[in-house]
Amino acid sequence: MDRLIELDLARISVRELNQFLHHDLPKTGGGAHVEILNPNGMHNLAVGLDAPAEIDIRGHAGYFIAGMNKQAHLTVHGNVGWSVAENIMSGSVRVKGCASECAAASGHGGLVVIEGDASSRCGISMKGCDIVVGGSVGHMSAFMAQAGTLVVCGDAGAGLGDSLYEALIYVRGTIHGLGADAREEPMTADDRARVAGLLDKAGFPAHEAAGFKRVASARSLYHWHADAEQEY
Amino acid sequence: MCGIVGFMARDARLRDRLGDFVVPMLTCMGERGPDSAGLAVFSEPVEPPLRRYSFYAASREFNWGAFSAQFAADVGASAEVASLASHAIMISAAGPQAVRDWLAARNLPVHLLSVGRTIDVYKDEGHPDQIARRYNFAGLSGTHAVGHTRMATESAVSPAHAHPFTAGEDFCLVHNGSLSNPYSVRRKLEKKGIRFETDNDTEAACRFLEWRMSEGDTLEAALEQAFIELDGFYTLLMATADKLVLVRDAFACKPAVVAETDAYVAIGSEYRALAHLPGVNEARIFEPVPEQIYSWTA
Repeated sequence: MDRLIELDLARISVRELNQFLHHDLPKTGGGAHVEILNPNGMHNLAVGLDAPAEIDIRGHAGYFIAGMNKQAHLTVHGNVGWSVAENIMSGSVRVKGCASECAAASGHGGLVVIEGDASSRCGISMKGCDIVVGGSVGHMSAFMAQAGTLVVCGDAGAGLGDSLYEALIYVRGTIHGLGADAREEPMTADDRARVAGLLDKAGFPAHEAAGFKRVASARSLYHWHADAEQEY
Repeated sequence: MCGIVGFMARDARLRDRLGDFVVPMLTCMGERGPDSAGLAVFSEPVEPPLRRYSFYAASREFNWGAFSAQFAADVGASAEVASLASHAIMISAAGPQAVRDWLAARNLPVHLLSVGRTIDVYKDEGHPDQIARRYNFAGLSGTHAVGHTRMATESAVSPAHAHPFTAGEDFCLVHNGSLSNPYSVRRKLEKKGIRFETDNDTEAACRFLEWRMSEGDTLEAALEQAFIELDGFYTLLMATADKLVLVRDAFACKPAVVAETDAYVAIGSEYRALAHLPGVNEARIFEPVPEQIYSWTA
């Protein structure tokens, strides 16, 4: 049985909130359910969590929400600003609204779901997390992405997957331009299964798995060619 | 980093409370720009040939009574002056050039902040919260307002370097970001006889746009030119007598959030600057995309 803990940012500071989440929440032994009220666009909420708790943020939140998250499952019932779930390690972060720039930047593991749109640089330098965006992503998404999967149900802005390493990108809508060394590749049965699995994990209808395009690295930027015709 | 805010009252009933809405926005964005701040407020136009002039004096003890009497005696035009500390608004039938010439001839320690039929501009050094109290921003009314909180990165901290910048009449601009080519823009404009008052990069953008408009462009057409001409990072928020206009550069790494309801349009660098507004939870909230021109009419 979940124990519901309400933390109201109209009464306590962000520092008090985070101290509670860091020091007191792990002692509850798991299964706790925390509701964060009146976020009013504040920054740095629930950063650095390392406990198997359910966290709900009730309203729009600011920058760096749920950064470095481990174990916890956090839902924002609103929009978020820059860098939600930055460097996420495990657990999950769900945004019911839209996210601004750099969602899940450099995320190592876990799942990030943006139900609305994510802005530019979504999944920049991602290192193993999975990201599912219900809407569209902005320019320079998955820039230098190293590992993990970015699924975009809407469109992708210009420069998608620039300087991509081994992360995989799937886009159902229009791609407004690929970045350097990113290329579209044929969808295989494995790709379709991977997209369907992630849409399912994200709680999106499985029938939406059709019609995705696969974008991956052409691997031509992996090594510096000193004797290549570099025009510098 | 800097903070920008803007508010347009679509519902006329909100106009008397413009200051109430804008002050918390500006104070909140003090965290992005604590060294100076400014606000442009647009209200019902004065009847021609009258114009509104906003002035800033170097001293808070400046004698505005003597200023207005001297102006009337020298220029031969009546002047209604309302002053508060270093700031004064003058309503007069004298033309802008006559006012500038008189300020120069008398060599007064007074800076002309804005000219127009609808615009009043305030700007000063200090935390936005202090400035808002110093000039009683909370008591201001009008159709729309544009504010800025500055964290200087490329030129001095002074009232003149604070935003909003103005050029021409009933036009102002605030900027979050930095331009890489303000001097080349400036050299082009100076050849056309356009004079600058500071070495601030934003002034180059402001005067470029005003120059395009003086050549017959709409602000929107001028911005299409600015996308080509201006190099650097910017979120620009501009206002004219009846419009708010917002753009972000192609990289869009300087933020902006818009909240629209039937009653108002509100713009802030961050959502938290808008969180206090009535009905904001039901507002249409969005982030402007790169190089798209967003324009709202009062």
